[in-house]
Amino acid sequence: MELFDDFPSMGRTDLRDLKKGIDLAFREFSRENGEAIEGFFDPLMYFMVWFEKLLMSAPWPIMILIFAVLAWLGARSIGIVIGTIVSFLAIGYFGMWEDTMATVAIISVATFLCIGLGIPLGILMSRSNRVQAGVTPVLDIMQTIPSFVYLIPVVMLLGIGKVPGLIAVCIYALPPIVRLTNLGIRLVDKEVLEAAEAFGSNYRQKLFDVQIPLALPNIFAGVNQTIMMALAMVVIASMIGVKGLGVPVLRAVSNQYLALGLMNGLAIVALAVIFDRVSQQYGKRLQKHRQGGHGV
Amino acid sequence: MSDIKISIKNLYKIFGPNGKAMVQKVEDGATKASLQAEYKHVLGLNNVNIDIPARRIQVIMGLSGSGKSTLIRHLNRLIEPTSGEIVIDGENVLAMSSQELRDFRRNKMSMVFQKFALLPHRNVIDNVGYGLKIKGTDKVEMNERAQKWIERVGLSGFEHNYPAQLSGGMQQRVGLARALATDAEILLMDEAFSALDPLIRNDMQDILLDLQEELHKTIIFITHDLDEALNIGDNIVILRDGAVIQQGSPQEIVLDPADDYVRDFIKDINRARVLDVCSVMEPGSTDTGLEFAENVILELAMPAMVKADVTSANVMRGGEVVGMVTLADMIGGIARPESHDGEQVTYR
Repeated sequence: MELFDDFPSMGRTDLRDLKKGIDLAFREFSRENGEAIEGFFDPLMYFMVWFEKLLMSAPWPIMILIFAVLAWLGARSIGIVIGTIVSFLAIGYFGMWEDTMATVAIISVATFLCIGLGIPLGILMSRSNRVQAGVTPVLDIMQTIPSFVYLIPVVMLLGIGKVPGLIAVCIYALPPIVRLTNLGIRLVDKEVLEAAEAFGSNYRQKLFDVQIPLALPNIFAGVNQTIMMALAMVVIASMIGVKGLGVPVLRAVSNQYLALGLMNGLAIVALAVIFDRVSQQYGKRLQKHRQGGHGV
Repeated sequence: MSDIKISIKNLYKIFGPNGKAMVQKVEDGATKASLQAEYKHVLGLNNVNIDIPARRIQVIMGLSGSGKSTLIRHLNRLIEPTSGEIVIDGENVLAMSSQELRDFRRNKMSMVFQKFALLPHRNVIDNVGYGLKIKGTDKVEMNERAQKWIERVGLSGFEHNYPAQLSGGMQQRVGLARALATDAEILLMDEAFSALDPLIRNDMQDILLDLQEELHKTIIFITHDLDEALNIGDNIVILRDGAVIQQGSPQEIVLDPADDYVRDFIKDINRARVLDVCSVMEPGSTDTGLEFAENVILELAMPAMVKADVTSANVMRGGEVVGMVTLADMIGGIARPESHDGEQVTYR
């Protein structure tokens, strides 16, 4: 009956040795390759530092003007533009301008990085069921594993700073764009694709004339999700040395500063709402011509 | 008969993991049902042999599941056959490399689809120019040629509309213009008008026939609608379960159906509109003074005869009398096949 009372587990010493072995091996690996990997990410770091400085040192009226113009270009809605201006004015008024600019910087870089990696990966996945079968579980892990768990190896390898923060954000924010690119391309009308084929399209022509344009609404939903998820990581990223709105939130949590936490939290919400509305409106405009109505 | 443009020989298509091995089974007499039950393979095409003449409209018809859409997709190899041969202008399509196949699709053959298959994010002129764009035609020429075909199908003024803003009939005109714009000699039309309502469908048939009068393309037209087949087809092939049941001119099919399946098909059609005086004439001549050209359809000939108050007329070919028709011949011609035996005449 002993078997039923005690789970037949690995011996305690063996288990400890196993864990120790893995830890040692990884430490060894990071000691040997840490510098090379860090060197690899250096250009990215320089770019991020430069970009953050640019946003933070630019005069605030110019920045607000830029945000307003971007919001107008994306959404073509005067309401959203006014909302954007008011939000940034309030953020500045409550003394959160610099942190907000730092957050905008990392979110922008993370989003572009995710788009740059995610769309090609999604296209690859849509091309082959085998790639899809291989990549899907990886995406599942990226989305569900607690962020703190992958922070450990990232910090061990790269230490604390902007780049590990960026990587942590990307691990979390990459999956939706990959998934939705893949889905969007797979959902492209078979008959349209057949038509492309029947007129003699080669692979490149099919991809750029048919598949990507028709998948664009889905791809755009992916971009929107990626931005949202990147914003959700702001606080966690601040734990490993990323500047921005996460830092005061973290401070507020450990010191029970209600007002500080609330204000910075709301600033994150404001950013999220602006990004979301602008990107959604833009996505909608992309497929305006799909709606019917004769003789328009 | 004009020369042969496309020749399909012993074409088999069997869907399933081990199609090649199943060809033998079908040759040994397995049917669609038995192949499905015993080997879990689906018989798509069963030993299809068709010679398609150049510059004519070849209709391929059958009910859904008869393999007609599968067959047409073999001609430009959107579907690869299991075995057989397709020779177009002396060239074996199945032996082409992928580059040759692309050139062939770009220049020689274009296609019109049942559900139009237009690019929803491009306006009409860009859709019509799509085939040219793929070929690499420069922008100015592309627009010029697209514009010409847009006018030909009667869509002037809609150049900058998007497909979703057009009605079904207009969308299919875009589809037709797109296919014609590449100047391909062969036009594949896969149930091109089936998604349209009957009046629009007739319009489209007229547009197609008008264009054909001047363009003389080799058109392969798939349909499940016999009226449509009889209206536009120079030749008709009837498919069932992937096999050719009958091929011939519309008149031959109406006058001499190969089996009950075909007989069922032609039961409800307007025979007077299909048959011409030539197909029901008898030898001899008459002196009533009324004359018909040989291809006048009965629907026109009969009232003409009644109006002239005669019961017979001469049939003319190139100014010479080749035979005569009587009212009785005509009525016999439009009677349904089952009443031919004289056993019973039923009116429904």
